[in-house]
Amino acid sequence: MTRLLRAEWTKLRTVRGWMAGLVLAALLIVGFGALFAAAGHSSCSRGPVEVPCPVPPLGPDGLAVEDRFYFVHQPLDGDGTITARVASMSGQIRLPDATPGVRNVVSGLVPWAKAGVMIKESTEPGSPYAAVLLTGAHGVRMQYDYTEDLAGAGPSGAPRWLRLTRAGETITGEESPDGARWTRVGTARLPGLPARVRVGLFAASPGDIRVTPNTLGGSAASSRFAEATALMDGVSVRGAATGGAWSRDDVGAEVNPDGSVHHPGGLVRNGEEFAVTGTGDIAPNTTQSTIERSLIGSLVALIVVIVVAVLFVSTEYRRGLIHTTLLAGPRRGRVPVAKAAVVGGVTFVLGLAATAVTPALARRIGRGNGVYTLPVSTFTELRVVVGVAALLAVAAVFALALGTLFRRGSMAVVTAIVTLVVPYALAIASIVPDEAARWLLRLTPAAGFAIQQSLPEYAHVTGLYAPAAGYFPLPPWAGFAVLCAYAALALGLAAYRIERRDA
Amino acid sequence: MDATIEVSGLRKRFGRTLALDGMTFRVLPGRVTGFVGPNGAGKSTTMRVVLGLDAPDEGRALVGGRPYRSLRDPLRHVGALLDAGALQPSRSGRDHLLWLAHSQGLGAGRVDEVLGLVGLAPAARRRAGGYSLGMRQRLGIAAALLGDPPVLMLDEPFNGLDPEGIVWIRGFLRELAAEGRAVLVSSHLMSELEDGAGHLVVVGRGRVVMDVGVAELIAGASHDRVTVRTSARSQAMAALAGAGATVAAGDREALVVSGLPADRIVAVLGARAVPFSEVSAHRATLEEAYLDLTRDAAEFRGAAR
Repeated sequence: MTRLLRAEWTKLRTVRGWMAGLVLAALLIVGFGALFAAAGHSSCSRGPVEVPCPVPPLGPDGLAVEDRFYFVHQPLDGDGTITARVASMSGQIRLPDATPGVRNVVSGLVPWAKAGVMIKESTEPGSPYAAVLLTGAHGVRMQYDYTEDLAGAGPSGAPRWLRLTRAGETITGEESPDGARWTRVGTARLPGLPARVRVGLFAASPGDIRVTPNTLGGSAASSRFAEATALMDGVSVRGAATGGAWSRDDVGAEVNPDGSVHHPGGLVRNGEEFAVTGTGDIAPNTTQSTIERSLIGSLVALIVVIVVAVLFVSTEYRRGLIHTTLLAGPRRGRVPVAKAAVVGGVTFVLGLAATAVTPALARRIGRGNGVYTLPVSTFTELRVVVGVAALLAVAAVFALALGTLFRRGSMAVVTAIVTLVVPYALAIASIVPDEAARWLLRLTPAAGFAIQQSLPEYAHVTGLYAPAAGYFPLPPWAGFAVLCAYAALALGLAAYRIERRDA
Repeated sequence: MDATIEVSGLRKRFGRTLALDGMTFRVLPGRVTGFVGPNGAGKSTTMRVVLGLDAPDEGRALVGGRPYRSLRDPLRHVGALLDAGALQPSRSGRDHLLWLAHSQGLGAGRVDEVLGLVGLAPAARRRAGGYSLGMRQRLGIAAALLGDPPVLMLDEPFNGLDPEGIVWIRGFLRELAAEGRAVLVSSHLMSELEDGAGHLVVVGRGRVVMDVGVAELIAGASHDRVTVRTSARSQAMAALAGAGATVAAGDREALVVSGLPADRIVAVLGARAVPFSEVSAHRATLEEAYLDLTRDAAEFRGAAR
């Protein structure tokens, strides 16, 4: 097998056009990445003034977060407890103006509008927190550190008693229908939480996101401003340093040029009753550019790789050279396997060189244009970088197997593109209905593109989780496994056919 | 491994055509065996079966006592030239040999050796797509020799070669056989094997028509005829006919006499005082012998038409 591999490697490297094609594929990835980053531009305005877009805060694990809400709080030193009853929640949504210039505001709560009690390291956006809260439509939840969300067991509506207890780095959330019988919702560990934290009441409401079908059959999302107001009473705080005056903060708010807060929240206090109004969300940030966008060139590179991989075997059939190959390696089933290993291996190495440098390059160019790329964990970045290179390599194996099966270059190239590139292009271009796009990305080899998705879907964040927005129906490794299964099946068939049939 | 090819009872059907119909023969070391027959007689199919490219419906083919597909590093056992045009045009001749060498665990040194052997070294680094037919045949022979195999099989190696090339291959094959190799060379033209082969396997319609030594075949086809050279042809013809021989006029001063042994011819001509310059046993050409032999084969007539 070693000799067969070496022979196939010699074959591949001695045809200049093939090596040039694979190098070109790698350069296309880098080139498209740089090009798209250079062409993209993002700017923000504060009133009539154009300003650099604010960089989103980073959460405790280094990922970008949204951290915008209204916070009524006190200091707490060491262990302690906060209890409050959410008596009612209401909200407002601003719909598109029916009469130009006249605000069209309706009352209503978005499903993930939230209010409740919170313990937070500081009022600095992005700092660690834990909260137990009531939502617009998802009942009682315990949420902490932006990505974690635990559902409570009780009935969903107000009124509802909520309690948070801090013991060291551990915070326990509880709920109760009457303030007497308590049920635990969840426990959060906030590593490194300092002794002095802030404890208090909060309210927030993400925008009203509506997904509508577009004219081609896909869908589009639009977001409208929404705010939520919670009436809370029965507030009690126990612990060192508590009992003083309540501070108020519009955490993470934008400030208008005149110094006023854009979309301010607020507190109306009536004796022991707190009416807290807030907008925004406390959640992972999913609205900026992603790392996989910098690898957009891999789609074009894929076509080049497919063509080279097919030619690597189909020219042998066309020239009759396959007979020479089989004479040299009469254990024939190994021949397509060796060819696949060589073309897949070379594609992987060149692809990896390209995918490794492109995200950093695109991030740097993008930063100059005001485009912010969401940071991801090292593991995720590695998965995307290595995964896209592996995607190209497995696609090369798939194409080579098709070339061996069909023995005709054109048919194999068309089949590979129709099963791998076309479904993905249809799905991300949002020109088929979302559900159809999802099935395409489950059933066809194009499922493998899931390996590049860097942001997970968050159940507690409303968004357009469609292929067009970069969200795949299968988890990254599962989608990649689908592509691998297709490649393995095709390669197995090719090996079987070449073993059994007269050459 | 012993240098033999053994083919026994091969049958192979392609659709409605019976390509091989009980093909049986042996190729022994130390001589060039010509594998002759009209186009479509089953020569290439037999070679492809021996090389494991096609599977026979019946029968078996062994190289050195083993099926080809069971050989490890097969090019070190058998060198084959099937289709000299089977090349990737954008790859150089040397690189073509290089990947073959790597597939057998051989290095670039051996590649340069065989390139020298076939006289292709000057063109070795050029694209194979630009090679003439003769250069491709030489490259194909170089590929067959790469593993220094005891058995060589060449399918129509003379095709498209200029006379110089044909002479070169004949001599080259004789040398290879003299080194103790078994060499099987197919051709549809007997004349190409003249002076080349020491043994012939003649096939038609998928089976062996004759398996014979070249000397034996020519002797058989010569039918004890005698060539007489004389300046007095008509006198000689009359004298020999009178003595009971059948006489045919050959070219210019030659007569081909049958039915009378050479010593009697000399006696008859001497007695009549007919001058002659030569009396010798007539030697048929390989081509004559072959045509003699295959005259009755319907398929051959069909092919010749």
